[in-house]
Amino acid sequence: MSATRRVNWAASAVLLVSMAGAVTTLRAIDRIRRGATFQEALYIRSSKALRRMSLGYTGLLADIYWTRAVQYFGYQHHTSSTDFSLLAPLLQMTTELDPRLLPAYQFGANFLGPKPPNGAGTPEKALALMNYGIEHNPDQWRLYYNLGFLCYTELKDYSKAADAFARGAKVAGANPFMSVLAARMAQHAGEFDTARMLWRTTYESTKDPQIQRNAVEHLQALRVDEDVTRLEEVVAKYHQQSGTLPASMSGLERAGFIRGTPMDPTGRPYQLKSDGRIEVQDPDRILFITKGLPPGMASPQPKVAKKD
Amino acid sequence: MNSRIASVAFNTFREAVRDRVLYNLIAFALLLSGAAILVGQISIDIERLVVVNLGLTAVTLFGAVIAIFIGIGLVSKEIDKRTLYTVLSRPVRRWEFVVGKFFGLTGTLVLNTFFMAIGVFLALLYEAHKLEKSDGWVLVALYFIVLQFLMVCALALFFSSFSTPLMSAVFTFALFAIGSLSDDLRGFAGIARGPGGWMVAAIAYLVPNFSALNVINRVAHGDPVPGRLILYNTVYALLYSAMAISGAVLIFQRRNLK
Repeated sequence: MSATRRVNWAASAVLLVSMAGAVTTLRAIDRIRRGATFQEALYIRSSKALRRMSLGYTGLLADIYWTRAVQYFGYQHHTSSTDFSLLAPLLQMTTELDPRLLPAYQFGANFLGPKPPNGAGTPEKALALMNYGIEHNPDQWRLYYNLGFLCYTELKDYSKAADAFARGAKVAGANPFMSVLAARMAQHAGEFDTARMLWRTTYESTKDPQIQRNAVEHLQALRVDEDVTRLEEVVAKYHQQSGTLPASMSGLERAGFIRGTPMDPTGRPYQLKSDGRIEVQDPDRILFITKGLPPGMASPQPKVAKKD
Repeated sequence: MNSRIASVAFNTFREAVRDRVLYNLIAFALLLSGAAILVGQISIDIERLVVVNLGLTAVTLFGAVIAIFIGIGLVSKEIDKRTLYTVLSRPVRRWEFVVGKFFGLTGTLVLNTFFMAIGVFLALLYEAHKLEKSDGWVLVALYFIVLQFLMVCALALFFSSFSTPLMSAVFTFALFAIGSLSDDLRGFAGIARGPGGWMVAAIAYLVPNFSALNVINRVAHGDPVPGRLILYNTVYALLYSAMAISGAVLIFQRRNLK
Protein backbone atom coordinates (compact mmCIF):
# COMPACT_ATOMS: atom_id res chain seq x y z
CA MET A 1 0.00 0.00 0.00
CA SER A 2 1.42 3.42 -0.96
CA ALA A 3 2.02 6.15 1.65
CA THR A 4 -0.73 8.35 0.19
CA ARG A 5 -3.20 5.51 0.36
CA ARG A 6 -2.25 4.78 3.96
CA VAL A 7 -2.79 8.43 4.89
CA ASN A 8 -6.17 8.43 3.14
CA TRP A 9 -7.27 5.31 5.01
CA ALA A 10 -6.05 6.64 8.32
CA ALA A 11 -7.69 10.05 7.77
CA SER A 12 -10.99 8.39 6.75
CA ALA A 13 -10.91 6.19 9.84
CA VAL A 14 -10.19 9.17 12.11
CA LEU A 15 -12.98 11.13 10.40
CA LEU A 16 -15.57 8.41 10.96
CA VAL A 17 -14.52 7.54 14.50
CA SER A 18 -14.34 11.17 15.59
CA MET A 19 -17.71 11.93 13.97
CA ALA A 20 -19.36 9.03 15.82
CA GLY A 21 -17.57 9.99 19.00
CA ALA A 22 -18.57 13.66 18.69
CA VAL A 23 -22.25 12.77 18.24
CA THR A 24 -22.16 10.37 21.22
CA THR A 25 -20.42 12.95 23.40
CA LEU A 26 -22.86 15.63 22.35
CA ARG A 27 -25.74 13.41 23.44
CA ALA A 28 -24.03 12.93 26.80
CA ILE A 29 -23.60 16.71 27.10
CA ASP A 30 -27.29 17.22 26.34
CA ARG A 31 -28.15 14.81 29.16
CA ILE A 32 -26.07 16.89 31.58
CA ARG A 33 -27.57 20.14 30.33
CA ARG A 34 -31.14 18.82 30.36
CA GLY A 35 -33.57 21.44 29.11
CA ALA A 36 -30.84 23.53 27.48
CA THR A 37 -31.83 22.37 24.02
CA PHE A 38 -35.03 24.27 24.37
CA GLN A 39 -34.49 27.46 26.25
CA GLU A 40 -37.54 29.31 27.42
CA ALA A 41 -36.27 32.57 26.14
CA LEU A 42 -37.96 35.43 24.43
CA TYR A 43 -34.99 37.54 23.56
CA ILE A 44 -36.80 40.60 22.29
CA ARG A 45 -40.27 41.48 23.49
CA SER A 46 -40.88 44.57 21.38
CA SER A 47 -42.23 43.90 17.91
CA LYS A 48 -41.36 47.49 16.93
CA ALA A 49 -37.70 46.91 17.81
CA LEU A 50 -37.79 43.58 16.06
CA ARG A 51 -39.28 45.15 12.92
CA ARG A 52 -36.40 47.61 12.73
CA MET A 53 -33.84 44.90 13.33
CA SER A 54 -35.38 42.70 10.63
CA LEU A 55 -34.48 45.26 7.91
CA GLY A 56 -37.92 44.72 6.44
CA TYR A 57 -37.84 40.92 6.40
CA THR A 58 -40.72 40.76 8.86
CA GLY A 59 -42.38 37.81 7.11
CA LEU A 60 -39.42 35.55 7.68
CA LEU A 61 -39.08 36.73 11.26
CA ALA A 62 -42.79 36.07 11.86
CA ASP A 63 -42.32 32.54 10.51
CA ILE A 64 -39.43 32.01 12.92
CA TYR A 65 -41.45 33.32 15.88
CA TRP A 66 -44.40 31.17 14.87
CA THR A 67 -42.20 28.08 14.70
CA ARG A 68 -40.79 29.00 18.07
CA ALA A 69 -44.29 29.38 19.55
CA VAL A 70 -45.29 25.90 18.35
CA GLN A 71 -41.97 24.49 19.50
CA TYR A 72 -42.36 26.15 22.90
CA PHE A 73 -45.90 24.88 23.44
CA GLY A 74 -45.01 21.38 22.20
CA TYR A 75 -42.00 21.18 24.48
CA GLN A 76 -43.84 22.45 27.57
CA HIS A 77 -46.70 20.07 26.85
CA HIS A 78 -44.33 17.16 26.22
CA THR A 79 -42.56 17.76 29.53
CA SER A 80 -45.96 18.02 31.29
CA SER A 81 -45.23 21.57 32.37
CA THR A 82 -47.97 23.91 33.56
CA ASP A 83 -46.04 27.05 32.68
CA PHE A 84 -47.01 28.47 29.30
CA SER A 85 -46.21 32.06 30.17
CA LEU A 86 -44.30 32.73 26.94
CA LEU A 87 -47.03 31.45 24.62
CA ALA A 88 -49.05 34.69 24.58
CA PRO A 89 -46.05 37.01 23.92
CA LEU A 90 -44.70 34.65 21.26
CA LEU A 91 -48.04 34.60 19.43
CA GLN A 92 -48.44 38.33 19.87
CA MET A 93 -45.00 38.97 18.38
CA THR A 94 -45.74 36.57 15.52
CA THR A 95 -49.01 38.25 14.60
CA GLU A 96 -47.66 41.77 15.02
CA LEU A 97 -44.84 40.92 12.63
CA ASP A 98 -47.24 39.31 10.18
CA PRO A 99 -50.89 40.03 10.98
CA ARG A 100 -51.97 37.68 8.19
CA LEU A 101 -50.41 34.55 9.70
CA LEU A 102 -53.77 32.86 10.31
CA PRO A 103 -52.59 29.57 11.92
CA ALA A 104 -51.19 31.60 14.82
CA TYR A 105 -54.68 32.91 15.68
CA GLN A 106 -56.19 29.45 15.54
CA PHE A 107 -53.44 28.12 17.76
CA GLY A 108 -54.06 30.95 20.21
CA ALA A 109 -57.81 30.34 20.26
CA ASN A 110 -57.19 26.68 21.12
CA PHE A 111 -54.33 26.90 23.59
CA LEU A 112 -54.23 30.34 25.20
CA GLY A 113 -57.61 29.97 26.85
CA PRO A 114 -57.76 26.51 28.49
CA LYS A 115 -56.38 26.18 31.99
CA PRO A 116 -52.98 24.47 32.44
CA PRO A 117 -51.94 21.78 31.69
CA ASN A 118 -54.02 21.93 28.52
CA GLY A 119 -53.26 25.57 27.79
CA ALA A 120 -51.94 28.83 29.16
CA GLY A 121 -55.09 29.70 31.13
CA THR A 122 -55.25 33.24 29.74
CA PRO A 123 -58.59 33.53 27.90
CA GLU A 124 -58.40 37.34 27.99
CA LYS A 125 -55.17 37.20 25.99
CA ALA A 126 -56.75 34.74 23.57
CA LEU A 127 -59.65 37.15 23.15
CA ALA A 128 -57.30 40.08 22.53
CA LEU A 129 -55.39 38.02 19.94
CA MET A 130 -58.60 37.04 18.13
CA ASN A 131 -59.88 40.62 18.06
CA TYR A 132 -56.51 41.78 16.71
CA GLY A 133 -56.71 39.08 14.04
CA ILE A 134 -60.23 40.06 12.97
CA GLU A 135 -59.29 43.73 12.93
CA HIS A 136 -56.47 42.98 10.45
CA ASN A 137 -58.23 40.22 8.51
CA PRO A 138 -61.92 41.08 8.47
CA ASP A 139 -62.50 38.90 5.40
CA GLN A 140 -61.34 35.66 7.04
CA TRP A 141 -64.36 33.72 8.31
CA ARG A 142 -62.16 31.24 10.18
CA LEU A 143 -61.10 33.97 12.60
CA TYR A 144 -64.75 34.62 13.52
CA TYR A 145 -65.14 30.88 13.95
CA ASN A 146 -62.11 30.82 16.25
CA LEU A 147 -63.49 33.73 18.24
CA GLY A 148 -66.87 32.04 18.58
CA PHE A 149 -65.19 28.81 19.56
CA LEU A 150 -63.20 30.62 22.24
CA CYS A 151 -66.30 32.38 23.61
CA TYR A 152 -68.15 29.06 23.68
CA THR A 153 -65.52 26.76 25.17
CA GLU A 154 -63.60 28.99 27.54
CA LEU A 155 -65.64 32.08 28.28
CA LYS A 156 -69.02 30.25 28.24
CA ASP A 157 -70.42 33.44 26.76
CA TYR A 158 -72.92 31.96 24.32
CA SER A 159 -74.35 35.27 23.11
CA LYS A 160 -70.90 36.54 22.17
CA ALA A 161 -70.20 33.19 20.50
CA ALA A 162 -73.47 33.48 18.53
CA ASP A 163 -72.52 37.03 17.53
CA ALA A 164 -69.07 35.91 16.33
CA PHE A 165 -70.51 33.03 14.28
CA ALA A 166 -73.18 35.32 12.82
CA ARG A 167 -70.57 37.93 11.82
CA GLY A 168 -68.44 35.21 10.27
CA ALA A 169 -71.41 33.82 8.34
CA LYS A 170 -71.71 37.19 6.55
CA VAL A 171 -68.15 37.04 5.22
CA ALA A 172 -67.95 36.11 1.53
CA GLY A 173 -67.03 32.45 1.06
CA ALA A 174 -67.79 31.52 4.67
CA ASN A 175 -68.57 27.90 5.46
CA PRO A 176 -72.42 27.52 5.53
CA PHE A 177 -71.91 25.86 8.87
CA MET A 178 -71.31 29.27 10.44
CA SER A 179 -74.95 30.31 10.25
CA VAL A 180 -76.01 26.90 11.68
CA LEU A 181 -73.64 27.41 14.58
CA ALA A 182 -74.91 30.93 15.14
CA ALA A 183 -78.49 29.65 15.30
CA ARG A 184 -77.61 26.75 17.61
CA MET A 185 -75.82 29.08 20.02
CA ALA A 186 -79.05 30.95 20.52
CA GLN A 187 -81.13 27.92 21.53
CA HIS A 188 -79.01 24.83 22.13
CA ALA A 189 -75.71 26.20 23.44
CA GLY A 190 -75.23 23.63 26.20
CA GLU A 191 -76.10 20.55 24.16
CA PHE A 192 -73.75 17.75 23.17
CA ASP A 193 -74.52 18.13 19.47
CA THR A 194 -73.48 21.76 19.48
CA ALA A 195 -70.21 21.03 21.26
CA ARG A 196 -69.54 18.10 18.92
CA MET A 197 -70.15 20.29 15.88
CA LEU A 198 -67.64 22.81 17.14
CA TRP A 199 -64.90 20.33 17.94
CA ARG A 200 -65.43 18.49 14.65
CA THR A 201 -65.19 21.75 12.68
CA THR A 202 -62.07 22.62 14.63
CA TYR A 203 -60.56 19.24 13.74
CA GLU A 204 -61.45 19.55 10.08
CA SER A 205 -60.34 23.16 9.68
CA THR A 206 -56.74 22.68 10.77
CA LYS A 207 -53.60 20.85 9.75
CA ASP A 208 -51.92 21.43 13.09
CA PRO A 209 -51.48 18.01 14.77
CA GLN A 210 -51.61 19.52 18.27
CA ILE A 211 -54.95 21.17 17.60
CA GLN A 212 -56.24 18.00 15.93
CA ARG A 213 -55.20 15.80 18.87
CA ASN A 214 -56.83 18.20 21.30
CA ALA A 215 -60.04 18.14 19.25
CA VAL A 216 -60.04 14.31 19.11
CA GLU A 217 -59.61 14.10 22.89
CA HIS A 218 -62.52 16.50 23.41
CA LEU A 219 -64.69 14.59 20.91
CA GLN A 220 -63.96 11.34 22.78
CA ALA A 221 -64.79 13.00 26.09
CA LEU A 222 -68.06 14.30 24.65
CA ARG A 223 -68.92 10.81 23.45
CA VAL A 224 -68.32 9.36 26.91
CA ASP A 225 -70.34 12.13 28.61
CA GLU A 226 -73.19 11.55 26.20
CA ASP A 227 -73.02 7.72 26.48
CA VAL A 228 -73.00 7.83 30.28
CA THR A 229 -75.93 10.27 30.36
CA ARG A 230 -77.93 8.07 27.98
CA LEU A 231 -77.08 4.82 29.82
CA GLU A 232 -77.99 6.30 33.21
CA GLU A 233 -81.34 7.38 31.74
CA VAL A 234 -81.85 3.80 30.55
CA VAL A 235 -81.03 2.46 34.03
CA ALA A 236 -83.53 4.90 35.57
CA LYS A 237 -86.18 3.77 33.10
CA TYR A 238 -85.48 0.12 33.95
CA HIS A 239 -85.76 0.96 37.65
CA GLN A 240 -89.02 2.74 37.04
CA GLN A 241 -90.48 -0.25 35.20
CA SER A 242 -89.19 -3.15 37.28
CA GLY A 243 -88.76 -1.51 40.67
CA THR A 244 -85.19 -2.84 40.94
CA LEU A 245 -81.84 -1.80 39.54
CA PRO A 246 -80.35 -3.98 36.79
CA ALA A 247 -77.62 -6.34 38.04
CA SER A 248 -75.48 -5.95 34.93
CA MET A 249 -75.36 -4.56 31.40
CA SER A 250 -76.49 -7.94 30.10
CA GLY A 251 -79.61 -7.57 32.27
CA LEU A 252 -80.39 -4.34 30.45
CA GLU A 253 -79.71 -6.05 27.15
CA ARG A 254 -81.99 -9.01 27.96
CA ALA A 255 -84.75 -6.61 28.92
CA GLY A 256 -84.37 -4.96 25.50
CA PHE A 257 -83.22 -1.56 26.74
CA ILE A 258 -79.89 -1.67 24.92
CA ARG A 259 -78.39 -3.59 22.02
CA GLY A 260 -74.99 -5.21 22.63
CA THR A 261 -72.44 -4.16 25.24
CA PRO A 262 -71.75 -0.44 25.02
CA MET A 263 -68.02 0.40 24.75
CA ASP A 264 -66.12 3.57 25.57
CA PRO A 265 -63.73 5.15 22.98
CA THR A 266 -60.81 3.05 24.29
CA GLY A 267 -62.74 -0.16 23.46
CA ARG A 268 -63.51 -1.07 27.08
CA PRO A 269 -67.12 -1.84 28.14
CA TYR A 270 -68.88 0.65 30.38
CA GLN A 271 -69.41 -0.64 33.92
CA LEU A 272 -72.75 -0.66 35.70
CA LYS A 273 -72.33 -0.01 39.43
CA SER A 274 -74.62 -1.43 42.14
CA ASP A 275 -76.14 2.01 42.79
CA GLY A 276 -77.10 2.35 39.12
CA ARG A 277 -74.26 4.68 38.13
CA ILE A 278 -72.26 4.12 34.94
CA GLU A 279 -68.49 4.30 35.05
CA VAL A 280 -65.68 3.96 32.53
CA GLN A 281 -63.16 1.23 33.35
CA ASP A 282 -60.03 3.33 33.13
CA PRO A 283 -60.90 7.01 33.58
CA ASP A 284 -57.27 8.16 33.36
CA ARG A 285 -57.15 7.11 29.72
CA ILE A 286 -59.93 9.44 28.58
CA LEU A 287 -59.11 13.08 29.14
CA PHE A 288 -61.64 15.85 29.84
CA ILE A 289 -64.60 13.54 30.69
CA THR A 290 -67.00 14.93 33.27
CA LYS A 291 -69.23 11.85 33.58
CA GLY A 292 -68.60 8.14 34.16
CA LEU A 293 -66.00 8.91 36.82
CA PRO A 294 -65.71 7.20 40.23
CA PRO A 295 -67.27 9.33 43.02
CA GLY A 296 -65.03 12.23 44.00
CA MET A 297 -62.70 11.96 41.02
CA ALA A 298 -62.03 15.18 39.10
CA SER A 299 -62.14 15.39 35.32
CA PRO A 300 -58.85 13.88 34.01
CA GLN A 301 -56.49 16.43 32.50
CA PRO A 302 -53.16 16.00 30.67
CA LYS A 303 -50.41 14.90 33.03
CA VAL A 304 -48.46 17.54 34.93
CA ALA A 305 -44.78 17.21 35.81
CA LYS A 306 -44.09 16.99 39.54
CA LYS A 307 -42.30 20.01 40.88
CA ASP A 308 -39.02 19.43 42.77
CA MET B 1 4.99 15.37 18.00
CA ASN B 2 6.61 14.59 14.68
CA SER B 3 9.48 17.09 14.12
CA ARG B 4 8.18 18.14 10.70
CA ILE B 5 4.74 18.93 12.16
CA ALA B 6 6.45 20.86 14.94
CA SER B 7 8.45 22.87 12.40
CA VAL B 8 5.36 23.77 10.39
CA ALA B 9 3.52 24.65 13.61
CA PHE B 10 6.37 26.81 14.87
CA ASN B 11 6.66 28.65 11.58
CA THR B 12 2.91 29.23 11.45
CA PHE B 13 3.07 30.66 14.96
CA ARG B 14 6.06 32.86 14.06
CA GLU B 15 4.36 34.09 10.93
CA ALA B 16 1.21 35.00 12.86
CA VAL B 17 3.27 36.97 15.35
CA ARG B 18 5.10 38.70 12.49
CA ASP B 19 1.72 39.54 10.95
CA ARG B 20 1.05 41.56 14.11
CA VAL B 21 -1.84 39.33 15.14
CA LEU B 22 -1.06 39.93 18.77
CA TYR B 23 -1.70 43.65 18.24
CA ASN B 24 -5.35 42.85 18.96
CA LEU B 25 -4.28 42.63 22.57
CA ILE B 26 -3.84 46.39 22.63
CA ALA B 27 -7.45 46.88 21.50
CA PHE B 28 -8.57 44.31 24.06
CA ALA B 29 -6.63 45.99 26.86
CA LEU B 30 -8.07 49.38 25.96
CA LEU B 31 -11.61 47.99 25.81
CA LEU B 32 -11.37 46.21 29.12
CA SER B 33 -9.62 48.95 31.07
CA GLY B 34 -12.04 51.52 29.68
CA ALA B 35 -14.99 49.32 30.60
CA ALA B 36 -13.62 48.59 34.05
CA ILE B 37 -13.30 52.29 34.81
CA LEU B 38 -16.65 53.11 33.25
CA VAL B 39 -18.74 50.40 34.93
CA GLY B 40 -17.24 51.35 38.27
CA GLN B 41 -18.84 54.74 37.82
CA ILE B 42 -22.19 53.91 36.27
CA SER B 43 -23.29 50.46 37.45
CA ILE B 44 -24.51 49.52 40.87
CA ASP B 45 -23.67 46.11 42.30
CA ILE B 46 -23.03 44.49 38.93
CA GLU B 47 -19.47 45.66 38.33
CA ARG B 48 -18.04 42.14 38.57
CA LEU B 49 -20.82 40.78 36.37
CA VAL B 50 -20.14 43.34 33.65
CA VAL B 51 -16.39 42.80 33.73
CA VAL B 52 -16.72 39.01 33.46
CA ASN B 53 -19.44 39.13 30.79
CA LEU B 54 -17.73 41.79 28.70
CA GLY B 55 -14.24 40.36 29.19
CA LEU B 56 -15.09 36.78 28.29
CA THR B 57 -17.33 37.79 25.39
CA ALA B 58 -14.54 39.96 24.00
CA VAL B 59 -12.04 37.09 24.41
CA THR B 60 -14.40 34.83 22.43
CA LEU B 61 -15.09 37.29 19.63
CA PHE B 62 -11.52 38.54 19.25
CA GLY B 63 -10.23 34.97 19.22
CA ALA B 64 -12.88 33.71 16.82
CA VAL B 65 -12.16 36.54 14.38
CA ILE B 66 -8.41 35.80 14.52
CA ALA B 67 -9.01 32.04 14.15
CA ILE B 68 -11.21 32.58 11.12
CA PHE B 69 -9.14 35.21 9.34
CA ILE B 70 -5.83 33.48 9.85
CA GLY B 71 -7.24 29.97 9.45
CA ILE B 72 -8.74 30.68 6.03
CA GLY B 73 -5.45 31.97 4.66
CA LEU B 74 -3.22 29.23 5.98
CA VAL B 75 -3.32 27.14 2.83
CA SER B 76 -4.17 29.69 0.14
CA LYS B 77 -1.43 32.09 1.23
CA GLU B 78 1.18 29.36 0.96
CA ILE B 79 -0.06 28.52 -2.54
CA ASP B 80 -0.14 32.17 -3.64
CA LYS B 81 3.36 32.82 -2.36
CA ARG B 82 4.48 29.47 -3.80
CA THR B 83 6.12 28.65 -0.47
CA LEU B 84 3.97 25.52 -0.23
CA TYR B 85 6.03 23.82 -2.97
CA THR B 86 9.22 24.48 -1.06
CA VAL B 87 7.68 23.06 2.11
CA LEU B 88 6.28 19.96 0.42
CA SER B 89 9.59 19.26 -1.31
CA ARG B 90 11.49 19.18 2.03
CA PRO B 91 9.92 16.53 2.23
CA VAL B 92 6.94 17.40 4.44
CA ARG B 93 3.92 15.24 3.76
CA ARG B 94 0.67 16.99 2.97
CA TRP B 95 -1.08 15.73 6.10
CA GLU B 96 1.84 16.90 8.21
CA PHE B 97 1.53 20.34 6.65
CA VAL B 98 -2.22 20.52 7.52
CA VAL B 99 -1.77 19.22 11.06
CA GLY B 100 1.22 21.50 11.63
CA LYS B 101 -0.74 24.52 10.45
CA PHE B 102 -3.53 23.61 12.88
CA PHE B 103 -1.18 23.34 15.84
CA GLY B 104 0.58 26.56 14.89
CA LEU B 105 -2.64 28.52 14.76
CA THR B 106 -4.05 27.04 17.97
CA GLY B 107 -0.74 27.82 19.67
CA THR B 108 -1.07 31.44 18.60
CA LEU B 109 -4.61 31.57 19.93
CA VAL B 110 -3.70 29.93 23.23
CA LEU B 111 -1.00 32.53 23.77
CA ASN B 112 -3.37 35.31 22.77
CA THR B 113 -6.05 33.98 25.14
CA PHE B 114 -3.49 33.70 27.93
CA PHE B 115 -2.71 37.41 27.68
CA MET B 116 -6.37 38.34 27.43
CA ALA B 117 -7.13 36.18 30.49
CA ILE B 118 -4.54 38.15 32.43
CA GLY B 119 -6.36 41.28 31.30
CA VAL B 120 -9.71 39.94 32.52
CA PHE B 121 -8.32 39.06 35.94
CA LEU B 122 -6.57 42.43 36.25
CA ALA B 123 -9.85 44.17 35.45
CA LEU B 124 -11.60 41.99 38.06
CA LEU B 125 -8.96 42.88 40.58
CA TYR B 126 -9.32 46.55 39.78
CA GLU B 127 -13.09 46.39 40.28
CA ALA B 128 -13.34 44.16 43.35
CA HIS B 129 -9.90 44.86 44.86
CA LYS B 130 -9.53 41.12 45.50
CA LEU B 131 -10.10 37.82 43.76
CA GLU B 132 -12.67 35.41 45.16
CA LYS B 133 -12.80 31.62 45.10
CA SER B 134 -15.69 31.70 42.61
CA ASP B 135 -13.48 33.63 40.18
CA GLY B 136 -11.74 30.31 39.58
CA TRP B 137 -14.72 29.31 37.40
CA VAL B 138 -13.72 32.12 35.05
CA LEU B 139 -10.70 29.96 34.24
CA VAL B 140 -13.04 27.12 33.24
CA ALA B 141 -14.95 29.51 30.97
CA LEU B 142 -11.64 30.58 29.42
CA TYR B 143 -10.70 26.94 28.93
CA PHE B 144 -14.00 26.35 27.14
CA ILE B 145 -13.30 29.38 24.95
CA VAL B 146 -9.96 27.85 23.97
CA LEU B 147 -11.83 24.64 23.08
CA GLN B 148 -14.09 26.72 20.85
CA PHE B 149 -11.01 28.16 19.14
CA LEU B 150 -9.72 24.65 18.45
CA MET B 151 -12.95 23.85 16.64
CA VAL B 152 -13.07 27.16 14.76
CA CYS B 153 -9.43 26.75 13.65
CA ALA B 154 -10.12 23.21 12.46
CA LEU B 155 -13.20 24.36 10.53
CA ALA B 156 -11.38 27.31 8.95
CA LEU B 157 -8.59 24.98 7.88
CA PHE B 158 -11.11 22.47 6.54
CA PHE B 159 -12.82 25.06 4.36
CA SER B 160 -9.54 26.61 3.24
CA SER B 161 -8.37 23.21 2.02
CA PHE B 162 -10.79 23.38 -0.90
CA SER B 163 -12.30 26.87 -1.08
CA THR B 164 -11.26 30.47 -1.67
CA PRO B 165 -10.40 32.58 1.39
CA LEU B 166 -13.57 34.65 1.02
CA MET B 167 -15.87 31.65 0.82
CA SER B 168 -14.00 29.92 3.63
CA ALA B 169 -14.55 32.98 5.84
CA VAL B 170 -18.26 33.01 5.01
CA PHE B 171 -18.65 29.27 5.72
CA THR B 172 -16.72 29.41 8.98
CA PHE B 173 -18.54 32.53 10.20
CA ALA B 174 -21.87 30.91 9.34
CA LEU B 175 -20.96 27.76 11.25
CA PHE B 176 -19.76 29.82 14.19
CA ALA B 177 -23.13 31.63 14.29
CA ILE B 178 -25.15 28.44 13.80
CA GLY B 179 -23.04 26.57 16.36
CA SER B 180 -23.64 29.31 18.91
CA LEU B 181 -27.39 28.72 18.55
CA SER B 182 -27.11 24.94 18.15
CA ASP B 183 -29.18 24.22 21.29
CA ASP B 184 -32.23 25.64 19.55
CA LEU B 185 -31.48 23.60 16.45
CA ARG B 186 -31.30 20.34 18.42
CA GLY B 187 -34.43 21.32 20.33
CA PHE B 188 -36.20 21.73 17.02
CA ALA B 189 -34.81 18.38 15.80
CA GLY B 190 -36.20 16.75 18.95
CA ILE B 191 -39.72 17.87 18.06
CA ALA B 192 -39.69 17.46 14.26
CA ARG B 193 -40.88 14.08 12.93
CA GLY B 194 -40.40 12.01 9.76
CA PRO B 195 -37.67 12.43 7.10
CA GLY B 196 -37.56 16.20 7.70
CA GLY B 197 -36.96 15.51 11.38
CA TRP B 198 -34.10 13.10 10.63
CA MET B 199 -32.52 15.62 8.31
CA VAL B 200 -32.72 18.39 10.92
CA ALA B 201 -31.32 15.98 13.53
CA ALA B 202 -28.41 15.07 11.25
CA ILE B 203 -27.62 18.74 10.64
CA ALA B 204 -28.05 19.56 14.32
CA TYR B 205 -25.47 16.95 15.30
CA LEU B 206 -23.10 17.77 12.46
CA VAL B 207 -22.79 21.50 13.13
CA PRO B 208 -20.43 22.42 15.98
CA ASN B 209 -22.05 22.78 19.36
CA PHE B 210 -20.68 26.00 20.80
CA SER B 211 -23.66 26.49 23.12
CA ALA B 212 -22.44 23.95 25.67
CA LEU B 213 -19.02 25.58 25.59
CA ASN B 214 -20.46 28.96 26.49
CA VAL B 215 -20.68 29.18 30.28
CA ILE B 216 -19.92 32.90 30.48
CA ASN B 217 -23.23 33.85 32.06
CA ARG B 218 -23.02 31.02 34.56
CA VAL B 219 -19.51 31.88 35.79
CA ALA B 220 -20.34 35.59 35.82
CA HIS B 221 -22.82 34.75 38.57
CA GLY B 222 -20.23 32.62 40.34
CA ASP B 223 -22.04 29.35 39.59
CA PRO B 224 -19.85 26.22 39.39
CA VAL B 225 -19.44 24.20 36.19
CA PRO B 226 -19.99 20.42 36.61
CA GLY B 227 -16.86 18.30 36.26
CA ARG B 228 -18.59 15.96 33.83
CA LEU B 229 -19.39 18.90 31.54
CA ILE B 230 -15.73 19.89 31.53
CA LEU B 231 -14.74 16.32 30.64
CA TYR B 232 -17.37 15.82 27.93
CA ASN B 233 -16.78 19.25 26.41
CA THR B 234 -13.07 18.50 26.21
CA VAL B 235 -13.69 15.15 24.53
CA TYR B 236 -16.25 16.68 22.20
CA ALA B 237 -14.02 19.58 21.11
CA LEU B 238 -11.08 17.26 20.48
CA LEU B 239 -13.19 14.81 18.49
CA TYR B 240 -14.86 17.53 16.47
CA SER B 241 -11.51 19.14 15.69
CA ALA B 242 -10.08 15.74 14.72
CA MET B 243 -13.06 15.21 12.44
CA ALA B 244 -12.58 18.57 10.66
CA ILE B 245 -8.80 18.16 10.41
CA SER B 246 -9.06 14.64 8.99
CA GLY B 247 -11.60 15.99 6.47
CA ALA B 248 -9.10 18.73 5.54
CA VAL B 249 -6.33 16.13 5.20
CA LEU B 250 -8.47 13.95 2.93
CA ILE B 251 -9.29 16.88 0.65
CA PHE B 252 -5.77 18.31 0.66
CA GLN B 253 -4.34 14.89 -0.22
CA ARG B 254 -6.39 14.88 -3.41
CA ARG B 255 -5.92 18.52 -4.30
CA ASN B 256 -4.08 19.29 -7.51
CA LEU B 257 -1.48 21.89 -6.56
CA LYS B 258 -0.01 22.42 -10.03
